[in-house]
Amino acid sequence: MHMADALLSPAVGGTMWAVSGGTIAYCSAKVRKGLDDRKVPLMGVLGAFLFAAQMINFTIPATGSSGHLGGGLLLSILLGPYAAFLTISSVIMVQALFFADGGLLALGCNIFNMGFIPAFLVYPLVYKRIAGPAPERTRLVAAIMISAIVGLQLGPLGVVLETVFSGISALPFSAFALLMQPIHLAIGVVEGVATVAIVTFVHKARPEIIREALGARPMGFRPLRTVLVSFLAAALLTGGLLSGFASKNPDGLEWAIAGVTGAEMLKGPEQGLHAVTTALQKRTAFLPDYSFKNAGNRAIGNAGNSLGTSVSGIVGGLMTLAIVFLSGFLLKRRDIR
Amino acid sequence: MAGIDGTLLDFKSLDLLADGDTAIHRLDPRAKVLATLIFVICVVSCGKYELSALFPFFLFPVLMITLGNIPALYLAKKIAVIIPFAVVVGMFNPLLDRQVMLHVGALGISGGWISFASIVVRAVLTVSSALVLVAVTGFPGICAALERLGMPQPFAVQLLFLYRYIFVLAEEGGQMARARELRTFGTRGGGIRAYGSMIGHLLLRTWMRAERIHMAMLARGFSGVFHTRRHSCFGLREIVFILGWGLFFITARLIPVPHLLGALVTGILQ
Amino acid sequence: MSHHIVEVKGLEHTYPDGTPALRNVSLRITHGESVAVIGANGAGKSTLLLHLNGYLTPTAGEVRIGDFPLTRETLPDIRRTVGMVFQNPDDQLFMPTVYDDVAFGPLNLGLPAAEVGERVKAALEKVGAAHLQGKPPYRLSGGEKKRVAIATVLSMSPDILVMDEPTNGLDPCARRQLIGLLKDFRHTRIFTSHDLDMVLELCERTIVLHEGEVKADGATRDIFGNAALLAKCRLEKPLSMQGCPVCGTK
Repeated sequence: MHMADALLSPAVGGTMWAVSGGTIAYCSAKVRKGLDDRKVPLMGVLGAFLFAAQMINFTIPATGSSGHLGGGLLLSILLGPYAAFLTISSVIMVQALFFADGGLLALGCNIFNMGFIPAFLVYPLVYKRIAGPAPERTRLVAAIMISAIVGLQLGPLGVVLETVFSGISALPFSAFALLMQPIHLAIGVVEGVATVAIVTFVHKARPEIIREALGARPMGFRPLRTVLVSFLAAALLTGGLLSGFASKNPDGLEWAIAGVTGAEMLKGPEQGLHAVTTALQKRTAFLPDYSFKNAGNRAIGNAGNSLGTSVSGIVGGLMTLAIVFLSGFLLKRRDIR
Repeated sequence: MAGIDGTLLDFKSLDLLADGDTAIHRLDPRAKVLATLIFVICVVSCGKYELSALFPFFLFPVLMITLGNIPALYLAKKIAVIIPFAVVVGMFNPLLDRQVMLHVGALGISGGWISFASIVVRAVLTVSSALVLVAVTGFPGICAALERLGMPQPFAVQLLFLYRYIFVLAEEGGQMARARELRTFGTRGGGIRAYGSMIGHLLLRTWMRAERIHMAMLARGFSGVFHTRRHSCFGLREIVFILGWGLFFITARLIPVPHLLGALVTGILQ
Repeated sequence: MSHHIVEVKGLEHTYPDGTPALRNVSLRITHGESVAVIGANGAGKSTLLLHLNGYLTPTAGEVRIGDFPLTRETLPDIRRTVGMVFQNPDDQLFMPTVYDDVAFGPLNLGLPAAEVGERVKAALEKVGAAHLQGKPPYRLSGGEKKRVAIATVLSMSPDILVMDEPTNGLDPCARRQLIGLLKDFRHTRIFTSHDLDMVLELCERTIVLHEGEVKADGATRDIFGNAALLAKCRLEKPLSMQGCPVCGTK
């Protein structure tokens, strides 16, 4: 369910980075202010635990395939939303850097889909509503299952929306959603089952851990709602600003540089950038009238001439690659000598 | 169990590369992080149908690999792993976008194939830049750089703790998984109850470990605040590094060098 | 030198679930002494140790370190005076590199960076781990981790060194190195250990705990000569006192 850099446009990626970054800052402040400094090592090792646990599979009966834990819901239950968000974000970041899961630009999206959604949407609005302050077994299981399924529908939905808004993949919204959502229904059930298994085990062995996590400072819904609203507002504002700036000055960057250097820029890439940004702007213009399928085609029409004359493009491209790799090779030879 | 042990080994070997002592390694981490960020932004901002315009960007990872003495084959193998994912991600483009955009002699290539190739190339570029960054900077270096660049300290502390204990937890998890494998004769895992109990145990042990670490922290005077050492050596070399690469990336982004080169060559040939 | 005295009077500790861990423990350790606390698993050794730096508070009784009773206000001073090394070095080495771990304590004490650097260098040299300075903990061997763990405490210049199972899990060579190192320390030293031969070598005084009570407190040689006492407390003589298995001399 990781979003990839390759499908992401800078506008969408940048917006999500802003949202995730802001949430990280907010949660850091909240965790720092909280007086429990036991949380510091706990967050670290639970993150490492999540990392390790994700590498251990279990067989799903009747299918023969294996599943593993995602962990967002589990961490939210054990740590509370703020600490859980930081922990999940740190795991995603390590995975992006070391294992290329998702990319650097997509980090903001992935942290949002797999961290913000479980910790700040599913946990307070679904899990806590169903589970209540001191749930007994059936209620706990129900709360976990429903939360897991909901979380694993919203997360992939985020991926779909981010991909479609970026406009790099040609897949239209309906097809993509149809692809992602049903699969993740099954994955949600798996996640729920895994989380239930772990939570019930811990509840039996050391009930005070679960009790402590649940009883901890009741989450005032009002402050959380304010948090959510302010972040959604920030996201819309940033997204709007970015695309607005882009459309107002479609060649903004080039224009600025031309103004400074006095040089004249060449046609090709400008049209490419322009096409993408106008397409984006058309999308963020308001929703009811808008048809996802057509937007894709519109982008194609405008960007068509960005390739210029085809043959020289290909030749030039191959030559550039050759030059780049040859220089690397030669440098290496020199080092060895 | 090949899964965890292999992953851990992989993790360690990438981490080990960061110990190298080349001019690139000696640069302040902030310079490398910033350069990589500019790189990723420029690459990702390329238009949907840009293909050859992406090629000059390969210079960055290639040069960093050679100057940083990173084994190219090792990195290539790691990058090769993500290519199938990039293919899956982009494979709908050729199917849905059939409008022909390019003519090579008599052959017409649709926009879908071009954007597909663009997606794969983009993926290779961004992934290699991230791996190279880790290989020449090391994770603690990256965290320190990000903190100096504005990342909140509690998150930086979290990242460092996570990194420190991944090795410990992965080994524990690996031991458990191995023990399970030795006792489930070919039936792949033993079902959900065994899993819940296994991971549950790991979780409990982790919880208790956290208490012991907290004990050790208190025993050394911890009172809730982390004091990080500051040694900044951000000098001329770093500035040159960032400006140089930054200018290169922006130029490559705006001027289609490959097209010019190609036009030049084909013009000469005609 | 009163600030080096460790005094425990009538210490009682009960776990939250009601099990008594320590019952009426009293002892007094003076400057420069090297004392071992031995006993069966579950006898209360680690629990006793955790009272010495204030991590656990007594249910009854008193702990005094030097002139200071153990209270909230005196905790920082006591934690500087009593350096504690735990059984599992992975729990003690939690920073990204060895240098960071050894610097953690002095930085918390508020010392300026230059002095922190000097203390780290001195501590690492003392344990023979100066060359490991930049390494992350996962790349150290068991013996190296133990030595670095000791350095993390030494850099705070404690007067009293407390170690929980110091030779646990070490290979014979690392164990020998550690014993050599500990012999050289001039601090007051308090160990818990199952390694009775090490106790014989390093500690002139031994305290025996059994089910939370002090059963014996005296010269190590005397205690190890008392076979009945040892048997009752689930202990036995150190191997070096049990006669040679090869030639059979007792």
